[in-house]
Amino acid sequence: MTPTENSSNENNMEKKMQATTPSSLASVANNREQRVPGTNLLGTGLETRGVHAWFGKKHVLSDVSLDFAAGTVTALIGPSGCGKSTYLRTLNRMHEFIPTAALAGEVLLDGQDIYAPGTDVTKIRLKVGMVFQKPNPFPSMTIGENVLSGLKLAQLKKSNTDELLESCLVRAGLWSEVKDRLGEHGGALSGGQQQRLCIARSLAVEPQVLLMDEPCSALDPGSTFRIEETISELAKSMTIVIVTHNMQQAARVSDYTAFFLSDGGPGVMVETAPTSKIFSSPTDKRTEDYVTGRFG
Amino acid sequence: MTLMENRSAAIPAPREITTKPRRSDQIFRAVVTLGGMSSLVILGLIALFLSIKGFNVLKVEQLSFITESKWEVLQDGEGKIAESTFGLAAMLIGTFLSAFIAVIVGVPIAVLSALYLTFYARGSVKKFLVSLIDLMAAFPSLLFGFWGFIVLMGSAEYWAKLLNKYLGFIPLFDVPAPIFERSPFIAGIVLAIMIIPIVTAISREIFDQTPLDRIQAAYALGASKLSMIRAVVIPYGRGGVVGGAMLGLGRAMGETVAVYTVLNVVYQINWQVLFGAGGNVASLILLKFGEAGPEEVDALMAAGLVLFLLTLVVNAISDILINTFGKKGR
Amino acid sequence: MQSTIPTPQTPWATSIQQRLNTAGLIMLGAVLAGVAVKTTGLSGKLGFATSFFFIASLLIFIQQLRLRDLQAAKDSLLSSFASLAIVLTLIPILSIVGTVVVKGYKGIHFGMFANDMTMASVNDPVTAGGLLHALVGTIIMVGVALMISFPIGLLTALYLTEIRGKLARPIKFLVQAMSGVPSIVAGLFILSILVIPVTQELTGLMGSLALSILMIPTIARTAEEMLLLIPNELREAGVALGATQWRTVSGVVVPAAKSGLVTAVILGIARIIGETAPILLVSGGADALNFNPASGPMGSLPFYIWKAFLTGGTEEAYARAWGGMLILLIFIVVLFSLARYLSGRKVA
Repeated sequence: MTPTENSSNENNMEKKMQATTPSSLASVANNREQRVPGTNLLGTGLETRGVHAWFGKKHVLSDVSLDFAAGTVTALIGPSGCGKSTYLRTLNRMHEFIPTAALAGEVLLDGQDIYAPGTDVTKIRLKVGMVFQKPNPFPSMTIGENVLSGLKLAQLKKSNTDELLESCLVRAGLWSEVKDRLGEHGGALSGGQQQRLCIARSLAVEPQVLLMDEPCSALDPGSTFRIEETISELAKSMTIVIVTHNMQQAARVSDYTAFFLSDGGPGVMVETAPTSKIFSSPTDKRTEDYVTGRFG
Repeated sequence: MTLMENRSAAIPAPREITTKPRRSDQIFRAVVTLGGMSSLVILGLIALFLSIKGFNVLKVEQLSFITESKWEVLQDGEGKIAESTFGLAAMLIGTFLSAFIAVIVGVPIAVLSALYLTFYARGSVKKFLVSLIDLMAAFPSLLFGFWGFIVLMGSAEYWAKLLNKYLGFIPLFDVPAPIFERSPFIAGIVLAIMIIPIVTAISREIFDQTPLDRIQAAYALGASKLSMIRAVVIPYGRGGVVGGAMLGLGRAMGETVAVYTVLNVVYQINWQVLFGAGGNVASLILLKFGEAGPEEVDALMAAGLVLFLLTLVVNAISDILINTFGKKGR
Repeated sequence: MQSTIPTPQTPWATSIQQRLNTAGLIMLGAVLAGVAVKTTGLSGKLGFATSFFFIASLLIFIQQLRLRDLQAAKDSLLSSFASLAIVLTLIPILSIVGTVVVKGYKGIHFGMFANDMTMASVNDPVTAGGLLHALVGTIIMVGVALMISFPIGLLTALYLTEIRGKLARPIKFLVQAMSGVPSIVAGLFILSILVIPVTQELTGLMGSLALSILMIPTIARTAEEMLLLIPNELREAGVALGATQWRTVSGVVVPAAKSGLVTAVILGIARIIGETAPILLVSGGADALNFNPASGPMGSLPFYIWKAFLTGGTEEAYARAWGGMLILLIFIVVLFSLARYLSGRKVA
């Protein structure tokens, strides 16, 4: 990038980062490059019907029904502790790792319930990938090995691994920074770079859906901005669901937003709408209170 | 002052903070430090006194004490000691042999058991199994020895005969005479059973500490349990598990009563593990002690010194491995 | 919106059907293994066990290969081997405990706690003689060892946790090195430093000293772990009140770690109570009751067992040995359970 492009990008970034009022958030959402769902989509999207979640006897999530249309970015917002991350983890069957976990309802990927008996869970996780809050590249592998680790773990055979390696890193926005040091260890990168490495890693298995659990909360604003750019690019070829605490971020990257809330009991999904609408004219008063900053 | 003047002043050096402790604290610190030095003192004394007592023998035998394979006390016509030769080599070989069998048989079982406990067992079953295995680590070696002699011997002899029958063409499994009772093989098996609880416990602790975020990252990429273990758990825990195995090795090398009961302790080099003769340094000391004259006792002291140094080195390596890779992880 | 809350489910758990399938395959494996044993040269329990394991694992492997894919099939192999390993680990434990209980039961009788072995030989029927001298001897030797080891072990732990001087790392290393000293070397050491040059007598005290070498590292390490669990805030509170380090440690830290220190003592006792080799070297063994650790050989449980086992040779002698072993094992199980219970209840 030339110096002038760089600084105008930074100006944009600052403007976007500073938007705080609902109306300005709405305008940020509106001014975002309008995305047309791409033509080379994979699958028909993700849908959940009446999902409940428990940990032991504790009912933590109640009756969430959401549609994630293919090629869209949906943000899940809401105060902490209202079940957003738990909900996200039901979408790729990571919820069941907690020993006392239980759930009810259906999660449909391309129309098939991923919890149906006899479903191969490892196959599901290949189609629905996840990026975690804290970057977690494998320290015992090099950068190149990290990107392709998904293939090794799932025992997938691919013939053009070099091409795949490069394309994943390009899509994650990391190629130019690491192309000469693919043999170095994953731990040598900065936090933002590590997170982009994790994104590249999840791209290598070619998922239809990418789940992101507060991917930027541990990063600095510069890295956050770059990752948000990546998300916009990725949305052209997959469906993205992103949990975020940061309303500005939701306004910047998402097409749709769902607002979660818990009143001390199980978390519920209060309202879902196109992002600009949720910030400019939310239907539910609780949503309005949250986006105007009256609580949370 | 203006900003510019402020900035040009040099940054002062940090002050040295000193305290003069009160008398009671001085005494306290002195006493505790002395107590803390006890391990240094004791280990030093062990090395020192064993060396002193063994000195005469070592001076005569020198390096052949370790390399030569002869342990003889010859008496002349009047029953006085005429000539003695002391060389440990046969028993050193026996020590390594039985300890290696123990490690080769025991460590894989222990590591796999630890994987089972960490990644397959759940809830109260897991707690029960862990307690049971930890309890076994507290059993005295005497118990293993007697159980090995009375209960295991029959089966172990049978296995040895099988090995001899099918693999007897390998010199290791051949025997000069069909005596399969009380062989290094069965001693190795008993030692393996003794070290399994310890190695399992250490490996389990290490596996338990594998960082959860890496495990989740692997599963989120579609890994099966096996792929996850190979990609995350093994690289993380490798060093510590090897350290645990070395701890088991050290224990097996220094074991006395279990070996003494289960192995026919005779002074000879025996590579043929299925044949019923052999020994290790510790059991040799026990065997010869009862009837040893003063010079032989000196030789036994020297043997004790060798055993002490050997186990010290093995345990030291184990400690370094466990502390670098194990408890604190990477 | 739903009006009723549905029941929580766990669709990922292995279903009854899957469990039945696996059980069916395992039983098929057993049957086929039986056939293999009958028809081929394989024989005995070993033959059956090995073929059972291989056939059952193979069946499950094939099932996974057909139902899912190669990765899942390989995964099932790990599961099979890990299960085999835990079974191989458990069999000796159960066999040992079972043997001690079954055989030891015949070797004990109520009178044994009242007699020693001066009037009986190991080959006499079990009802003659007893192990009072052994019990008393063990209690005295362990007690004396404890009196030596506990202060030293505690001081070492305090040095490592409270003072943390420059020598802390080498000392920690040395403590762990000391825990690897073979028990017979500990016996030889006491022999060389005290018995041969000075006392020239095998006594209970010498045994205690040798056992201390084995006990100190156990107490020191456990005590250190327990002291480290005491939160620093407590120490800071003491110091902030103007107390010296001595008073903070003695008045705040050590009392707070009380149950942990008791655990350390219990584990130390369990460590040495069954040790035989050093006792054989420096305490000899006695058949008579001896309350004086400083003079004369002293009996002990390990020696009682050792003597009955090795010098006997008759059924009665073996029974006697197993009886002694049963008593020893009961001690160890009780000590171990006590330690577990205490460390479960420790610091809030």
